[in-house]
Amino acid sequence: MTHRRVEVPVIARVEGEGALHITARDHEIVDLRLEIYEPPRFFEAFLRGRAYHEVPDIVPRICGICPVAYQMSAVHGLEELFGVRVPAGVRELRRLLYCGEWIESHVLHVFLLAAPDFLGYHNAIEMAKDHPELVRTALAIKRVGNDLMAVIGGREIHPVSPRVGGFSRAPRRRELEALLPRLERALEEMPRIADFVSSLERPSLPRQAELVAMVHPSEYPMNEGEMASTAGRRWTFAEYERVTRELHVEHSNALHSVIAETGTPYHTGPLARVNLNAHVLSPVARECMRRTGLLVPGDDPFLSMAARVVETAYALEEAIRLIRAYEPPDPPAAEVTPRAGSAMWATEAPRGTLYHRYDVAEDGTIVEAKIVPPTSQNLRHMEEDLRAFVPGVLDRSDEELTRLCEMVVRNYDPCISCATHFLRLDLRRL
Amino acid sequence: MTARPRVAVFKMASCDGCQLQLLDAEDALLELAGRIEIVHFAEASSDMRPGPYDVTLVEGSVSTPEQERQVREIREASRVLVTIGACATAGGIQALRNATGRHEEFVRTVYPTPEYVRSLEDSHPIADYVPVDLELTGCPIDRDELLHAIATLLAGGTPRVPKDPVCVECKRRGIVCVVVAKGEPCLGPVTRTGCGALCPAFGRGCYGCFGPAQAPGNADALGRRFVELGLRPEEAADRFRFITGWAPAFREASERLRTGAGAGEEVDAG
Repeated sequence: MTHRRVEVPVIARVEGEGALHITARDHEIVDLRLEIYEPPRFFEAFLRGRAYHEVPDIVPRICGICPVAYQMSAVHGLEELFGVRVPAGVRELRRLLYCGEWIESHVLHVFLLAAPDFLGYHNAIEMAKDHPELVRTALAIKRVGNDLMAVIGGREIHPVSPRVGGFSRAPRRRELEALLPRLERALEEMPRIADFVSSLERPSLPRQAELVAMVHPSEYPMNEGEMASTAGRRWTFAEYERVTRELHVEHSNALHSVIAETGTPYHTGPLARVNLNAHVLSPVARECMRRTGLLVPGDDPFLSMAARVVETAYALEEAIRLIRAYEPPDPPAAEVTPRAGSAMWATEAPRGTLYHRYDVAEDGTIVEAKIVPPTSQNLRHMEEDLRAFVPGVLDRSDEELTRLCEMVVRNYDPCISCATHFLRLDLRRL
Repeated sequence: MTARPRVAVFKMASCDGCQLQLLDAEDALLELAGRIEIVHFAEASSDMRPGPYDVTLVEGSVSTPEQERQVREIREASRVLVTIGACATAGGIQALRNATGRHEEFVRTVYPTPEYVRSLEDSHPIADYVPVDLELTGCPIDRDELLHAIATLLAGGTPRVPKDPVCVECKRRGIVCVVVAKGEPCLGPVTRTGCGALCPAFGRGCYGCFGPAQAPGNADALGRRFVELGLRPEEAADRFRFITGWAPAFREASERLRTGAGAGEEVDAG
């Protein structure tokens, strides 16, 4: 029996801080823990006592990569509670803003965070030396996503215009139309990007996972719909906290979610969305799906990168459609009168479903807040995937094993700072 | 030829948005990457090497006992230390827990098993622990300010950061004043620009992302103006006690509004 101990500090290219501890004897895992040491920031606590209209400025600060998701779950929930009817065009403008975030976040993940793993680089800058044209193309697609967010929101990190009731300002048609040529060029590149992703040699992990995402009868879900799972569960946003449950485990500053009834983990994110909503994908997105070899149903987590490419194509196509049909909402926001009660809503962040609840007092003061980010919902499943995957690759070198474990984690595009919460691998071979 | 300057990026308690400004710099990043050696940037690269570093960027606030130790090690290893963002320069939005005496309650509110959580009572800017060579404020920081600062430091110069208030920038850009036109509370007169007067340009009041301007002497007068616009004193106080609320000028203005001090004094609002 071999006794080895390897420490690899900090899992790189995830957003936030965490560590992975594995103890293995021969081909068996003795212990495996995904430790999240990103320090807690207590958003749910300091939201208490703040005014409802401050929420869209507070919650995006949870995550610089998906600020729009935080804003969207909050404004939709509060509007439903207050009975606000938003002006015509606000719904479409929010969807367009979300498209920008999906494009920016997915391309950041696929090219800057994940692809270097598959090609054996430490980072995208090294990768750019050997694949300059590919990296530049990817960065140009990402840039148009960022610019779309900035035109609507003022800036791509922590946009300033979204508010309860609508927007503080709606862009003019020509501001959005100016983005069309670049969006169209980006869309034309997507089949080639899909071919690139399909050419990457990837591990596989056969499993039976319960995939969870929003569904909507007529469109690919972003801001509206209800919850569904590949195990046949359906639930409304108001039932979210009854159907799922958060557990606090000693090694993690992020909470772990499970399905309450069965105590089992679930997987939310692009792979889940594609599985549950492939029938409403747009033409180029379908073409990309075919080229990446992503078939549904299919729950191999290593297909997540393909799912992000499919969704990037979708978001580009949808953005083009929305801009062509755009009529600026006038006024850009509805008047809002607060009322007491519970606001419960979820929207689809790039990395999965983001659920919020706000209990609000009559004057609009937040009494209690609950935020369940996609990464914390996925943590339990990341651990399960690692437990299933690692025994098959224990014969590899420590360096190779570390890289493979990081890839398993990275399939989820974990935003550790949003789950409160970066990774260090501590591997012990007994 | 001398070796390329070694640049490191570290993170404490934060949302990753400020270091994302570097990744979002895209072409500029690739160009910059040819002139420097990025030797530690965990969010972007798995190749993480020890110091010494020529220029170190730190995002985030000091929030745990571990970070108190880490920030001293980073200073020790760095020739020039630049703190980036509202968290690193003012404690960040998470400093809303500071001086509330409610840290324990905060832990209990968010975590069912509080004994698993290790967190400092207060969230601190980096400069509370170690000398800092340059502070870039903002939530998030401005990308051009960051790139300008890195380029200037690499050339051996001292970066100049504008310290004017948003209000001056707003007038310069000819944006309609939201206080005058809409009666909306705006922190523009006391907040450092860096955003290009973004919020007023988008039809809303400034909420202080870039922290206090160089001489925000008229914060009390602005607070009183907020009360005249119809805010209760505690609501006016919360306008200052926000994204950069732990920065001393804003913290003090907020406290005075809360306690009623400063309410009667004549302060020149000009």
